[in-house]
Amino acid sequence: MKSIYRTVGKARRRVDGRAKVTGQTRFADDIVLPRMLHGRLLRSPHPHARVVKIETSKAAAHPGVHLVLTGEHFPIPYGILPVSHDEHALCPDKVRFVGDPVAAVIARDEITAAEAIALIDVEYELLRTIASPEDSLAHPEPRIHDYGDEGNIHKLVALQFGDVDAAIAGAAHVFDDVFFFEGNTHLPLEQHSAVGLKDPDGKLVVYSSTQTPHYLHRALAKALAMPAAHIRVIATPNGGGFGGKSDPFNHEVVVAKAAMLLDRPVKITLSREEVFYCHRGRHPVLMRYRTGVTADGRITGIDLQTLLDGGAYGSYGAASTFYTGALQTVTYQVPRYRFRGCRVFTNKPPCGPKRGHGTPQSRFGQEVQLDKIAERLAIDPADLRLRIVAPPDSLTANYLQVRTIGLADCIRQVTERSGWREKHGKLPHGRGVGLACSSYLSGAGLPINWNELPHSGVQLKLDRSGGVTAFCGATEIGQGSDDVLVGIVAEILGIDPFDVRAVTGDTDLTPVDLGSYSSRVTLMMGNAAVQAAERAREILAEAVSRKLAIPKDRLVFAARRVFDAEAPDTGVTFQEAVCLAEARFGTVGTTGSYTPPKSPARFKGGGVGPSPTYSYTAAVVEVDVDPETGWIAVPYVWIAHDIGRALNPTLARGQVEGSVYMGLGEALMEEQVFRRLPARLSHALVHKFPSILEYKSPTSLDMPEIVTDLIEHPDPAGPFGAKEVGQGPLLPIMPAVANAVYDAVGVRIDEIPITPDKIVRALAAKASGKPARVGPAAFPAIGWPEPILVTPPDEGGDGRASNAPVRSKRKADAGIEATVTAKA
Amino acid sequence: MAIDTDKLRLTMTVNGEAVDALVDTYKTLLEVLREDLQLTGTKHGCELGECGACAVLVDGEPVLSCLALAVECGGRQVRTVEGLTRDGRLDPLQDAFADLGAAQCGYCTPGILMTARALLDREPHPSQQRIREALSGNLCRCTGYAQIIEAVELVSKSHYTENTEAPENTEQGLARSTQPVVSSVLPDRIRS
Repeated sequence: MKSIYRTVGKARRRVDGRAKVTGQTRFADDIVLPRMLHGRLLRSPHPHARVVKIETSKAAAHPGVHLVLTGEHFPIPYGILPVSHDEHALCPDKVRFVGDPVAAVIARDEITAAEAIALIDVEYELLRTIASPEDSLAHPEPRIHDYGDEGNIHKLVALQFGDVDAAIAGAAHVFDDVFFFEGNTHLPLEQHSAVGLKDPDGKLVVYSSTQTPHYLHRALAKALAMPAAHIRVIATPNGGGFGGKSDPFNHEVVVAKAAMLLDRPVKITLSREEVFYCHRGRHPVLMRYRTGVTADGRITGIDLQTLLDGGAYGSYGAASTFYTGALQTVTYQVPRYRFRGCRVFTNKPPCGPKRGHGTPQSRFGQEVQLDKIAERLAIDPADLRLRIVAPPDSLTANYLQVRTIGLADCIRQVTERSGWREKHGKLPHGRGVGLACSSYLSGAGLPINWNELPHSGVQLKLDRSGGVTAFCGATEIGQGSDDVLVGIVAEILGIDPFDVRAVTGDTDLTPVDLGSYSSRVTLMMGNAAVQAAERAREILAEAVSRKLAIPKDRLVFAARRVFDAEAPDTGVTFQEAVCLAEARFGTVGTTGSYTPPKSPARFKGGGVGPSPTYSYTAAVVEVDVDPETGWIAVPYVWIAHDIGRALNPTLARGQVEGSVYMGLGEALMEEQVFRRLPARLSHALVHKFPSILEYKSPTSLDMPEIVTDLIEHPDPAGPFGAKEVGQGPLLPIMPAVANAVYDAVGVRIDEIPITPDKIVRALAAKASGKPARVGPAAFPAIGWPEPILVTPPDEGGDGRASNAPVRSKRKADAGIEATVTAKA
Repeated sequence: MAIDTDKLRLTMTVNGEAVDALVDTYKTLLEVLREDLQLTGTKHGCELGECGACAVLVDGEPVLSCLALAVECGGRQVRTVEGLTRDGRLDPLQDAFADLGAAQCGYCTPGILMTARALLDREPHPSQQRIREALSGNLCRCTGYAQIIEAVELVSKSHYTENTEAPENTEQGLARSTQPVVSSVLPDRIRS
C-alpha cells in the first residue's frame, strides 16, 4: 500500500544519527568548562543509622579542596511525587541505605575530591535494619520514615469494582496463585552526571543526564529556595535512561548548590557502583492472583494483592503501587476486579520506575496464570486469549478507556509466524514455546503535579532562510524523540527532516514537556507538534494563496515546495513561502499544546492508569532447556506490537527489539539483590554485586533471532495514529519465557528471574513426586483498609466511589498457601 | 595520603596526529584521551573493564582504554571514534549504524564501532557468529544488538559505501542521508 506520507512511516536515518556515530553527541560528562571543579559524594556504609556527628575540618583543609558540604546546607526536602518529598541532597540526620550520601567535597579534580572524602569522619548510631517486606510488616519500629500509612508501610491501596467475591464464588473454576518478581535495575551504560554553573547574570544553570528536566527544575527551585525563573535546566542526551534518570538526584542538587556558592562550574559524575545505589529500578513484587473463570475460560473476576519492596525512599512508589494493579483489565475482559497493593520501606536503594513501571511484575503473574488456566481447561493458550480480548472503544471495570486494540492481530501474527500450533505441547522434551501478551500506556493521563496545564508544548520558528526550528521540552534518551519531533514537523510542512533543527530539553528555551517517562513523548509531544506545524502551514498557505491566487485548500506542501495540486508546476519554494508569510504577517512562529482527555474515573486512586490510548503486544518465545543443568537458551522470539502507526519504523523496531533484550535479561539473569555482611564486619545489608561484571546482562552472544512485526491500525488519539512502543513490548517476554520453560520441561517457575538452579530444583521436586514448581509459598497477611467501592460501568456505575472508607476500619486478610498446578 | 602526581612526557600518535604531552602517571589512556586531549568521543560505563564503552584501537587492536595506563602507550598508534571519519566522510560502519538504527542512545556506539572496525580490518567477511563473538565484550542496553549486528554484516557482505560523490552538506548528500546506499563495491580500506 502506497503511503500518502513522505516522511511518516518511512524507515530513515534518525536526525541525530550522525552525532551518535561520530561520538559528537554531547553527554553530560562530556561537558568541560573553564575553571570547572569536580565533586564526589561520601556515602553511608550503614543501611540504617542516625548521623551523630560529621567532622569535615581535615577534608576542608586538604590542598585543592574548595568546598565541603553536609546535610546542614540542604535543609529543604524534595522528591519526585508531591506526596513523598522525603529526600535531602545530603542526609541531615539519618541514613536509610548503604549508599545514602552524607557529605560532598568539591575540589580541583576528582582524585583530590576522593582523597578529601577519605578524611571526613562520620559518627553513626546504628539502627535496626529493615531488610525485607516481611521485616517491614513485622517491625513497625524503628520507622524508616516518619510518614506513610503506618509503621514501615509506605502505602496501602484498596480498590474494588463490583462484587468480586460473588463473581469468583460463582465461577466454574477458581485459580489461586502466588508469584514473585525479583527487583532489577536499569543499568544505563552512561553513569549519571551533572554540571552546575552560575551564568554571567548570576542565575543557575544545571546540565544533567536527566529524563525529566521539568521535574528537576521544580526540585531545584524547592530544595535551593530559588525562584524557578532563575534556574535553567538543560537535559543532555541521556546515554540510556529506562526510567533510571527520572527522579531528581542528590548529585544534581549538590552541583547546583556548590556552583552558586563557589561561582564556578562544578561537575559530579557517578561511579558505576553509585549508579547501582541510585537505582529507582524495578520493585520486587510478591503477588497473589485469585481468578474466577467460566468453563470456557472467560474471566468472571480477579482479586489481586501485591506487596512491593520499595526500598528507602518514596520515589515514584505511590504511583508504582497503583500501577501493579492498573492494567490487568485493558488486555482482557475482566468484568469485576479487586486490587489491593502495599508498598513497604526497607533499608535498600529506593525502587522506582523501570521500563513498564510497576506493570511488568503483575503482568508476569497474570500471563503465567492464564497459561495454567488454559492447560486446566484444555484450551490452547492462544485461543483462550483470543476469546477474552478486550473490545475496542470500551470502558474497563476500573474505568480505563480502551480505544484501538490490535491485540488479537498481534496474537494471530506471532502464532502464525512461530508455527505455534505445530510446536506448543508437541516439541521434544527440553524444547518449548510460550505465549504472553501485554499492554501499556501511551502516556500517563495525569501529570505528577496535578494542574490544568498542557503536558507538552511545541514552538516553531520559521526562518526566512527556509529553515525551521522546533522547540520542545522533550528529552532525548536514545529513543529518538528529537527525530519524532522533527519528522512530524517535516511531514506537515513538506520539507526534509534534516531541514528542521530540534532544540529540546532546555527549561529556558523550550516549552514544558513533562519528560521522557510513561511512554508519553510520541503521543503527547507528537500531538503538540502536529498542532504547531498545522498552524504554521496555515500561515504559509494564506500568504501563498494570496500571492498565487490559488485557493488554500488546493495547496500542497511537499518536496520543499508549496504548489497547486491541480497544476504542480505552479508554486513557490518552501523558503519563498516563508518569506511571503513573513512579509505579510511579520515574524513567523507558532505554538502547539497537548493535554490528555479527562479520565472517566472519578474515585481516589483513579489517577494512575488512564492514558489517551494503550499499545498492545504479543510474543512467542522458544526455549531450549537442558534438563541436566537447567541451562536455558533462547533461540527465537516472535513479537508483534500494535503501535497504531510507526512514525519511523527503524526506530520503532529498535524499541521493540531493545525491549525483548531487556525482557530476556529480566527473565533469565538480572537481579538487584542484597546480602548481609558477616557479623564481624557490621552485619550491614549490602548490594550483592554493584558492578556490571557481576550484575549479569545479556551480551551479543546471548541474543536470539527476533522476528518483529509492527501492527498498524492508526489510533485517532495519536499523531498520525501513533501509539507507544518503548515499554509495552518488554512486558510479555518474562511470562512467555516462563510459559515456554513449562512447555519444555513441565515445571512451573513462578518467579523471576528463571535461573538454571531453579529449574534443576523444580525438576528434582517433580522426580520425587512433589509439586513441580519453584516459587513463593505464601502471601503474608496484610491489614488491608476497607476498599474504595466503585460500580463498574457495565453495572451502571458513573466512575465515582460509592463509599468513603475510613482508614482505621481495617480487616486482616489471612495469608494463603500457594496452589500449585503441575504438569502430569 | 597524597597520590604521586608526577607527570611523564608521553609521545604517541592519536588518529594520525603526533601527540606530545605531559600526563599524570596514574592516568589511564581513557582519562588522557578525554581529559587531556579533549577527545570525548570515547565513553566510559564502568572504568573497570566490564562494559566495553571505552574501546579504542592501539596499533590496530581493540583495547579497553580504562584498563590501559596512558604511559604504556608511548610510541604507539591510537585510534578513536574521532579518527574513523576521514576527510569529512563517515566510515561505512558509521553510515550503516546511523541508517539501520544501530545507535540508539549512542553511548556504547563509539566502542562498538572501533571494535567492529578492528574485526573488519582483520577479517573483511566475518560470519554472523564471528561478529557476535567480536562484540560480546561491548554491552549495549538499548538495541538488543540486532540492528548493530545487521549493520556490521551489511558493511561486510553487501558492501555498504559512503557516497564518495556527495559530501553530506549538499542537496545530494542530504538525500542519501535518508536513504541507505548499498553498492556492490567494497571500499579498499576494508579489503586491506
